[in-house]
Amino acid sequence: MSKEKLIDVNDLATYFHTEEGTVKAVDGVSFEIYPGETLGIVGESGCGKSVTSLSIMRLIESPPGKIENGEILFNGKDLTKLNQKQMRKIRGNDISMIFQEPMTSLNPVYTVGDQIMEAILIHKDVSKKEARQEAIDMLTKVGIPLPEQRVDEYPHQLSGGMRQRVMIAMSLSCDPQLLIADEPTTALDVTIQAQILELMNSLKRQFGMAIMMITHDLGVIAEVSDRVAVMYAGKVVEYADVKDLYGDPKHPYTWGLMYSIPHIEKDLERLEAIPGNVPNPLNFPEGCKFNTRCQFATDKCRVDEPELEEVEEGHYSACWHVDKLEEQKAKQGRG
Amino acid sequence: MAEDEKLLEIKNLKKYFPVKEGVFRRTVAHVKAVDDITFHIKKGETLGLVGESGCGKSTAGRTILRLLEATAGEIWFEGKNLVDLDKKELREMRKEMQIIFQDPYASLNPRMTVADIVGEPIDIHNLASSKKERNEKVADILDTVGLGPEYMKRYPHEFSGGQRQRIGVARALAVDPSLIIADEPVSALDVSIQAQVINLMQDLQKDFDLTYLFIAHDLSVVKHISDRVAVMYLGKLVEVADKKELFDDPKHPYTQSLLSAIPVADPTYETERIILEGDVPSPVDPPSGCRFHPRCPYAMDICSEVEPEFKDYGDEHFAACHLLEDE
Repeated sequence: MSKEKLIDVNDLATYFHTEEGTVKAVDGVSFEIYPGETLGIVGESGCGKSVTSLSIMRLIESPPGKIENGEILFNGKDLTKLNQKQMRKIRGNDISMIFQEPMTSLNPVYTVGDQIMEAILIHKDVSKKEARQEAIDMLTKVGIPLPEQRVDEYPHQLSGGMRQRVMIAMSLSCDPQLLIADEPTTALDVTIQAQILELMNSLKRQFGMAIMMITHDLGVIAEVSDRVAVMYAGKVVEYADVKDLYGDPKHPYTWGLMYSIPHIEKDLERLEAIPGNVPNPLNFPEGCKFNTRCQFATDKCRVDEPELEEVEEGHYSACWHVDKLEEQKAKQGRG
Repeated sequence: MAEDEKLLEIKNLKKYFPVKEGVFRRTVAHVKAVDDITFHIKKGETLGLVGESGCGKSTAGRTILRLLEATAGEIWFEGKNLVDLDKKELREMRKEMQIIFQDPYASLNPRMTVADIVGEPIDIHNLASSKKERNEKVADILDTVGLGPEYMKRYPHEFSGGQRQRIGVARALAVDPSLIIADEPVSALDVSIQAQVINLMQDLQKDFDLTYLFIAHDLSVVKHISDRVAVMYLGKLVEVADKKELFDDPKHPYTQSLLSAIPVADPTYETERIILEGDVPSPVDPPSGCRFHPRCPYAMDICSEVEPEFKDYGDEHFAACHLLEDE
C-alpha cells in the first residue's frame, strides 16, 4: 500500500492516575489506517481498545486520564497537540464516532432531527431549512422508513436498531474521513446486527470513509475488516491482514482465542480454554503481559516485554516464541 | 447419552404480564411473554433455547421453575405437575431444579462469603447435619468447579467474572439437582473466559448426570453445547429439533435467517445472508396469524390470518410454518 496514511498512531500511551494507582490502559500502541479501509481492533474487556479510540477523539477525561506519550497523526497533523477548540472542528466533521449503546448516546429530550441537524449546523454553512433537509436525506440513506415523519420523533420512540441507524446518520452527516465504531452492534440482536453491518458496509462503499471497528466479537471482525489489530492488556500483540490473521495467527493469544470460541461453521468436540483470568489493569504482569496464561512462556517472557516485529510480510506479532507456536501448530496439524 | 425418558415436559405454557394504566391501575392489556409453548427435555440432554431479546426465553425458564407463576399450562417434572404444588412441596422439588443466572455480579449477595452463598441451599434443604459437614460439602463443591478451599472466606467482589460464574455454578450444584436451567450463563463473560465455563458445565454434566436447559442468544455457543435446540420468536416456539438437524436443515424461515445472520469468525467463509426487514414487534400486540409474517420473506396470505400449527415434520423435528404444510 503506497497510499498516504489517513491516520498514523505512534507509540500511544494513555494512563489513568487513580487513587489505587496508575492504570496503563493504553501502553505503547501503534497502527495506521489508510483511506477507505476498515481496521478492526479486537480484544477483551480492559485491553484498552475503547481508550485508544477515545484518545484519538481526545475524549479522555482529564484528570484522571492523560495521553502520556506518542502521536496521533491525522492527515499529517498531530491530534495530541491540538487544543479543544481545534479538536471540535475535527470531531464530528473529519472523524466521527458511534457507540455501543445508542440510547445513552442520544439526547432523550431532543428530536432525532435536531440532533442530526446540530452536527450539520456546526460544521457546514447551511440554513436551518437546508440542514433539516440534509437530516431527512441522511435518515433515508441509513434506511429509516418514513424519514419525514421520523425526523420529528424522539429517541425513545425508536427501536434499538433504529437508534443505531440514527447514530450512524448523525456520524456520517458531515461526510467524515474516519468513522470510529466502538462495539456498534454489541447491544443489538443478531438479526438487527446483520442489518447494521450490512448498512455500514454499503455506506462505506458509498461514502468512501475509513472505519475503525472496535469489538470483542471475532465474527464481526472477520466480516468487516481489511486488517486487524489484536489488543491485550494495553498493547497490540498482533497486527495483520484479516485473512492472514485468521488463517495463520502468529501470537499465542490470538491463536488461543480462535480455538476457545465455538464456531458455527464447524464442530469442535471441546473448546480449548485459555487458562487464567484477564489481568487487572492496575496490576499487569511484568514482561510479556500474556505470560501468565501462555503455554509457551519462558523466563525471558516473564522479564522482557516483546515488541511488535514483522514475522511475515505485513504480519506483525509481539512474541518471543513465534517458532514454538509454529511447532505446536504443525504438531496439531492446524492453523 | 440421551435416554428417551422425559425429565421435563412443558405443555401449553403461558405467561402473561398485565399492563396497568391510570389512577386505578386497571389492566389495559397483556404482554404475552410466553404464549402457549410445548416441549420436553430428555434425561441427561442439553436443550438449547434460543431467540432474540424479548422473545420470552428467560421468562419461560423462570416460569418453569415457578419463580414466576404460570398464567396457564402444565409443567411436568418427575411425574408431578409443578403448577399444582403448594409452597412446601415446591420447595422440596426445587432441590431437583436449580438455576444459573446471566450476571455473576448481580446474582451473588455481596455481603455473603462464598461459603455462605454456596452453603445456603444446603442449609435450606437440611442436607448437612453439622456446620462442619456443611463446610466440607462446600469445599468439595468448590473444588469440583475449580476453586480451592482458600476462597471460602472471601466475598464476591474479590473474584473475577469467570470465577463468580463458577460460584454461581457451585451454588446450583450444592443440592445435587437433576435439572439446571442456565440463563445466558456465559454472555456476560469475556471471550477467553466463556470457554472455561462452557467446558466446566460439560464436565459437570457428565460427572453428575445433569440435564440442562441452556438459554442463550448466542447461536454458536448453543450449537456447541446442546443436543437439541428450540427456537423462540415473540413468545412462541417456531422450531425444535435435534441440533444437527436444526443447523443443517432449518425449516422455519426465522431459524434460517437467524442462522444466516451469525457473523462467522473466518474471513474466507462466504454465506448467503438473509437480512430480515424491520424489528421484532411488540409482544403486547403481536401480529395476527403467524407472528413472524410481517418480517418473513416468504409470507403468504394465509400467514396473516391463521396461526400455523406447531407439529412434528419427522424425527422429532417440530416447526410451525404454513410453508411446510404445503409440501
